[in-house]
Amino acid sequence: MLETGEKIVEIKHLVKHYGKFHAVEDVSFDVFRGDVFGFLGPNGSGKSTTIRTMLLLIKPTSGELKLFGKDLLKNRNYILQKIGCIVEKPDFYKYLSAEKNIEIFARLSGVNITKKKVHEIIEFVGLKGREKDKLGGFSHGMKQRLGIAQTLVHDPELIILDEPTTGLDPQGIIDIRNLILQLKNERKKTVLLSSHILSEIELIANRMVIINKGKTIVQGSVNELLNAQELIVSIAVDNIEKAKQLIQNIGTDILIDKIENNNLLLHISQEKIPVINKLFCDNNVNVYSIETKRKLEDYFLKLINS
Amino acid sequence: MMFWKSTYNEFIKIAAKPRSYIGIGAITLILGIILFAMKADGMNFISFVTRPFEQSLSFEGNILNGNLIAFIILQMLIIHIPLLIALVTGDLVSGEAAMGTIRLLLTKPISRTNILLSKYLAGCAYTLIILLWVGFLALVVGKLLFGSGDLLVLNSDGLIVLQEHDLGWRFLSGFIVAYLSLVMIATLSLTLSCFSENSIGPIVTTMAIIILFTIIGALDVPVLQKVQPYLFTSHMVAWRNFFEDPLPTKKIISSIAILFLHIFVLLYIAIYKFNKKDILS
Repeated sequence: MLETGEKIVEIKHLVKHYGKFHAVEDVSFDVFRGDVFGFLGPNGSGKSTTIRTMLLLIKPTSGELKLFGKDLLKNRNYILQKIGCIVEKPDFYKYLSAEKNIEIFARLSGVNITKKKVHEIIEFVGLKGREKDKLGGFSHGMKQRLGIAQTLVHDPELIILDEPTTGLDPQGIIDIRNLILQLKNERKKTVLLSSHILSEIELIANRMVIINKGKTIVQGSVNELLNAQELIVSIAVDNIEKAKQLIQNIGTDILIDKIENNNLLLHISQEKIPVINKLFCDNNVNVYSIETKRKLEDYFLKLINS
Repeated sequence: MMFWKSTYNEFIKIAAKPRSYIGIGAITLILGIILFAMKADGMNFISFVTRPFEQSLSFEGNILNGNLIAFIILQMLIIHIPLLIALVTGDLVSGEAAMGTIRLLLTKPISRTNILLSKYLAGCAYTLIILLWVGFLALVVGKLLFGSGDLLVLNSDGLIVLQEHDLGWRFLSGFIVAYLSLVMIATLSLTLSCFSENSIGPIVTTMAIIILFTIIGALDVPVLQKVQPYLFTSHMVAWRNFFEDPLPTKKIISSIAILFLHIFVLLYIAIYKFNKKDILS
């Protein structure tokens, strides 16, 4: 498991009950400095409750919450100084301009921010030219970008984004994803990202936790968790019958799932892909494409349903 | 330091909200109408007060003056200004919850108590602005339009004539106590705001409480008379005591103490609730 660097979030056995309703039953995970950490779970699994608890928007019933090595309940202000966040949708003061909204939240973060810096941050999230516009006229995507701008005003070490792409169009999703990667690569931020769009986590997170019904199911490196799974590989070839014969000849550990036109769908592990490719090439079967069908969705659903 | 930054933010928000100007606009309009009506037919209005005394007293000089206008206006508006105050102060916390901005606000490195107190301070400042505007229109504009003179005050004991040179401190003290009673309303609506997720609830509830307590305070029923001295609404008109002669000092001190007590208790409840509140909106 890839666990290097300083542990900046340590959640142990977090529990949150509202009377008889158990929103979070037993959630534990660690986030390391430099991670883009995926926080996965189906709707109602307790993701938002966990994030709100990490920010002390709600008080935990029990459990240990340590951020930056300190107890959250005893060091609230110290810890919140190091965090920038969007909790669910980014709501701002509609009657104020983008610039004024950023200034307001910067002031509360303890920062004396200059107009130049505000404009730089707004430009970074792609809203240049909209600084003076009131938020009433902003689209959801623009508010989401401004939400990210707001997280950056005090140069925090950890950025928490709760479902940042919800309600965005495909281009908006790509833009936000690129912004998150910029935060990690250019600004060296640690990002905790909750999302129900699982492919998003697969594309940008290096570590993740999956929770269900308020409990942690698994956590670890995204690659290691996924590579431990068998893949479904779609291989497009020119001679489907010959390819099928070659597969059947080499043994029983490779299963043909189905054949669609000139595509073979195979159940194989990742290390078998170059072996199959070489086999086809050596036997004059032209390979047009190899596409891995294994997705985080499959893994996720398998865990949730198990 | 963070407290003052937060307070500055609250001033900016109040100044930018359109609803903050409803109060100022309404007061300007109402006072404009009153001043116009008094200018047009004020003597007729005053004669209702002076007529019963005309056989035994003769009135000379400028009776319908700026001082009398200011006194009448303050008496008329002290019951209605609370609605205009609650419109803004009742929205200070619940408005943030309704907009969703409370989530961002409470994830900043400033204590919830400081956030609430900064909102309260801004709300008190807004209340002061409203009252100063009333004072300006009633006293300054009133005197410009009607001139100055002695003040005729009709109370339960009869008619009192207060000399012009004796009025300055009375108006100043009256405005300070009136401000205290309006701060009490601001505190009540802010406290209710901590229990609500929408803006309308605290405003309507504040007005409902004022109406209910005013009715209880006015009912001449022995069982209710025991609680009447402790209702804040019974002390909302305490400012008027400064226009009595001799000055009912004990009554004034008692009213101020009861208003302060209400303010402290309500503020404590507000801080307690705001700190305990789980933010689920």
